[in-house]
Amino acid sequence: MPDVWSLYSKKVMEHFKNPRNVGEMENPDGVGHVGNPVCGDIMELYIKVKGSIIVDAKFKTFGCGAAIATSSIVTEMVKGKRIEEALKISNKAVAEALDGLPAAKMHCSVLAEEALKSAIEDYLEHQKLKKQT
Amino acid sequence: MRRIYLDYAATTPTRPEVVKAMLPYFADAFGNPSSIYSYGQEAKRAVEEARTKVAELIGARSEEIVFTSGGTEADNYALKGVAYANEHKGNHIITTAIEHHAVLAVCKFLERRGFRITYLPVDKYGLVAPDDVKKAITDKTILISVIHANNEVGTIEPVAEIGKIAREAGVYFHSDAVQTVGHIPVNVDELKVDLFSISGHKFYGPKGVGALYVRKGTRLVPLMHGGEQEKRRRAGTENVLAIVGLGKAVELAGREVAKEAERLAYLRDKLIKGLGEKIDHIRLNGHPTRRLPNNVNVSVDFVEGESMLLNLDLEGICASTGSACSSSSLEPSHVLLALGLSPEQAHGSLRFTLGRENTEADVERVLEVLPVIVARLRAMSPLLKTQK
Repeated sequence: MPDVWSLYSKKVMEHFKNPRNVGEMENPDGVGHVGNPVCGDIMELYIKVKGSIIVDAKFKTFGCGAAIATSSIVTEMVKGKRIEEALKISNKAVAEALDGLPAAKMHCSVLAEEALKSAIEDYLEHQKLKKQT
Repeated sequence: MRRIYLDYAATTPTRPEVVKAMLPYFADAFGNPSSIYSYGQEAKRAVEEARTKVAELIGARSEEIVFTSGGTEADNYALKGVAYANEHKGNHIITTAIEHHAVLAVCKFLERRGFRITYLPVDKYGLVAPDDVKKAITDKTILISVIHANNEVGTIEPVAEIGKIAREAGVYFHSDAVQTVGHIPVNVDELKVDLFSISGHKFYGPKGVGALYVRKGTRLVPLMHGGEQEKRRRAGTENVLAIVGLGKAVELAGREVAKEAERLAYLRDKLIKGLGEKIDHIRLNGHPTRRLPNNVNVSVDFVEGESMLLNLDLEGICASTGSACSSSSLEPSHVLLALGLSPEQAHGSLRFTLGRENTEADVERVLEVLPVIVARLRAMSPLLKTQK
């Protein structure tokens, strides 16, 4: 039975306690950097891409429990996905994958989506530059 | 797992002696203090005995004590009461940037209704300068409200000096004493306050009861209308059992306050010192010496407060933070920002407030657990890298 009085779902706490894919990445193909210190959440997301498939993802996050959990799960969700599939990952999907977030914490899932998009855009930007040169 | 409660500034457990004193007033002595028969008179006597105890603790006369539903009502009553009883004299109120929301939100409310509010700044320790108060007074000033000790950072304000200035200027002076009454010795004459807010559950009394000290001759309009209770200053049947509980808590505090303050100050200083030794890039928020004996507030660089709290909770340790990651505004504590902290530092704040149940072993447990938590969170913080 879910404990309705605890702030976070078991899944959130599980990712908070054992976050996946923490750390920086050497020579990433794309880096996303979102958030700001005033809001208290900053996320950095790194991706490695081979033949338009995201083969690895890592993150570093300054933020609350929900920010850490959404960062962690989004790195799991994108691994093995094609770029165009990864771009379709919405903040709602991130929250659902964690069995939900408290209303006041939904912005953390938005941040995770934005971090991923920003990393992919960074990757696509580099690809464009490579083609031009 | 043994739980360690270190959030006594949020609330305290009701002491068994207090619960015992309250019990007869649920069902046996259930009377309405306004009734003339014996049941009523029993209840009336209990309320008046509690009133005398509260008055004695703060050096007041019992007719100067008005019971309320708590600290928030006491603050609301003091500010709105004085504002609306004295608007013919002026519309200016002086307060500070580090008040509790029960004062600040009332000021915002009054501002929207034509009052002018001056919010005085504080220095890096959270201290208000009495000279700033003096300079802010105009011929329209009707009230000065300065918190006695701040609930977040524990800084004890120079209330007696400000009281002297207020009295010389003929301006009413209110102080929110929710964090000091029952925790340090206080006297309303020495502090020269006209209005003083008290909350029961902050010093081992029940929730839902508090008091406002109203110096004889202070003009204020009531918040509640509809009955003759509290000499028509607060309508509504008295919360007899909670008032009895408040009285008992006050009685116990009066006996123990000085000794307990000394014990807690020792634990406080041990915790502050230990945190400084075991964690780098950490700073104490608030004044190093002019602070509440039970308050420790620190900012830990590169990590966010809620994630530290959650980790502490997993270890059974209950504390609090000025990071407002969970509030809808997302903005960190107005108090920490007023002290000049950056938003990151404010988000990285932790508050431990000690109380009766805490021992040296609790302090040692925090010193053992927190450095590990901080190291783990720093390893995943993008802020640390940019600092290198």
